[in-house]
Amino acid sequence: MIWQLDLLVLTLVVLCGIGAIMVRDLLGAAILFSAYSFLMCLLWSIMGAVDVAFTEASVGAGVSTVFFIAAVFHTTRRTKD
Amino acid sequence: MKTIALIIVIITGSFLLYATVDFPSWGDPQSPASTHVSPRYIERTLEETSVPNVVTAVLADYRGFDTLFETTVIFAAGVACFFLLRAFGKERPATGLYRHLLTGVTVRIKGSAGLPDDMEEFERIDTLWTPYDPIVKVMCQRLIPFIQLFALYVIAHGHHSPGGGFQGGVILGASLILLSISHNFRIALRRMGERLDALLCALGVAIYAGTGALCLLLGANFLDYSALAGILHVDPVTARSHGILIVEIGVGIAVMATMVLIYNNLASAGKFDEGL
Amino acid sequence: MSDFFSHLVARYNYWIYITLMMIGLYAMIAKNNLVKKIIGMNIFQTAIILFYISIGAKKGATIPIISHGSGHEAHVVKAADYINPLPHVLMLTAIVVAVATLGVALALAVQVYRQYKTLEEDEILQKIRES
Repeated sequence: MIWQLDLLVLTLVVLCGIGAIMVRDLLGAAILFSAYSFLMCLLWSIMGAVDVAFTEASVGAGVSTVFFIAAVFHTTRRTKD
Repeated sequence: MKTIALIIVIITGSFLLYATVDFPSWGDPQSPASTHVSPRYIERTLEETSVPNVVTAVLADYRGFDTLFETTVIFAAGVACFFLLRAFGKERPATGLYRHLLTGVTVRIKGSAGLPDDMEEFERIDTLWTPYDPIVKVMCQRLIPFIQLFALYVIAHGHHSPGGGFQGGVILGASLILLSISHNFRIALRRMGERLDALLCALGVAIYAGTGALCLLLGANFLDYSALAGILHVDPVTARSHGILIVEIGVGIAVMATMVLIYNNLASAGKFDEGL
Repeated sequence: MSDFFSHLVARYNYWIYITLMMIGLYAMIAKNNLVKKIIGMNIFQTAIILFYISIGAKKGATIPIISHGSGHEAHVVKAADYINPLPHVLMLTAIVVAVATLGVALALAVQVYRQYKTLEEDEILQKIRES
């Protein structure tokens, strides 16, 4: 494991996590959460957990984003915080 | 509320940070998590089950009960989504939009009657969002078979490479969701109807539990696949490998059907009429 | 002081995992929007999964797929050469269960929106009190 790479990805993960809960638009939050999941998948492949990384790449970055967008499509994008 | 939350978060976080003092340092081979049961799995898996991917072997064989009930949880979540959102009754929307395929003219028909769904000159389109995008449609149409082929490879090759029932099932479900997004909700529903979807959802769990029960009938423990050796005409070690494959197929079917079921209910808000 | 810094460098991963976990917890408690709360729940879940995966990591080990040649007799497999597979198994199923529960949570949010026409927690509570 290269610790510089690990630290870089971890920083990006924290930034994406903060961004996903701070942004005032639910569609933007869903996309930032998808980026968060993808970086998480990168982190797991750095740690050698290939099966988990594969699952997260298909589930977290793929299907769960679609679920979020479907729910936002039928409710509202507007949020107060 | 925000200040209370901040105080709670800071207190919990500082307790957790204090607890890290006692953790083993990162990547320590002698840490307690890596010294008790996992060396046995790593050292004995290949000779006991002839599956090189230890994760698959532990998932479906050594800890089969765990995975069986995780699959049941997924099935239950799909059923819960269905009962929460599904709106029964077949009222059509007040206005229907139809596109004439040859000229591209959009026709709007008021009243609940509408045109019949199987007319070849007219195509029904969604009322909210109706771009006509041939590039996306054709590209997705060409891509979907390869995505499904890859998903089947992932399920079948889970013994030797990363992959297995969960990943392959999710990719299969995602290919059907892609069809629904790129084309039309109703086209995807015609390919995989609601009834078939619910049946497959239960069938996946039934394959898993049925394999376990078959082992029980053959005189071994529940989910002890070496009992299948007599039926499959192989030695017990290979029988365990084949048993893992059967179980992974069951998991893949259940996961695929559940993903499609949840997507259909969420995307059409239970009306099964218009999707995203 | 140098003792503290050596401790920090050896365990910086855990510190960041706890930061992520607290971001998720804060979102679940303080955010007003239901979808934001669900996103916070998912961030919390992934932070815990990350923690589990990291306790299985081993320095100098490879991924848990045992290398084997066909035709040769089985060679001795040493546990120190492969990453601990047990946390991977437990967390792999947890991720798929997480997406299923996410579906149920979003279905509940859609149903709440249908009834109250809003996703904000305070407005929903106000409408419940008024009715």
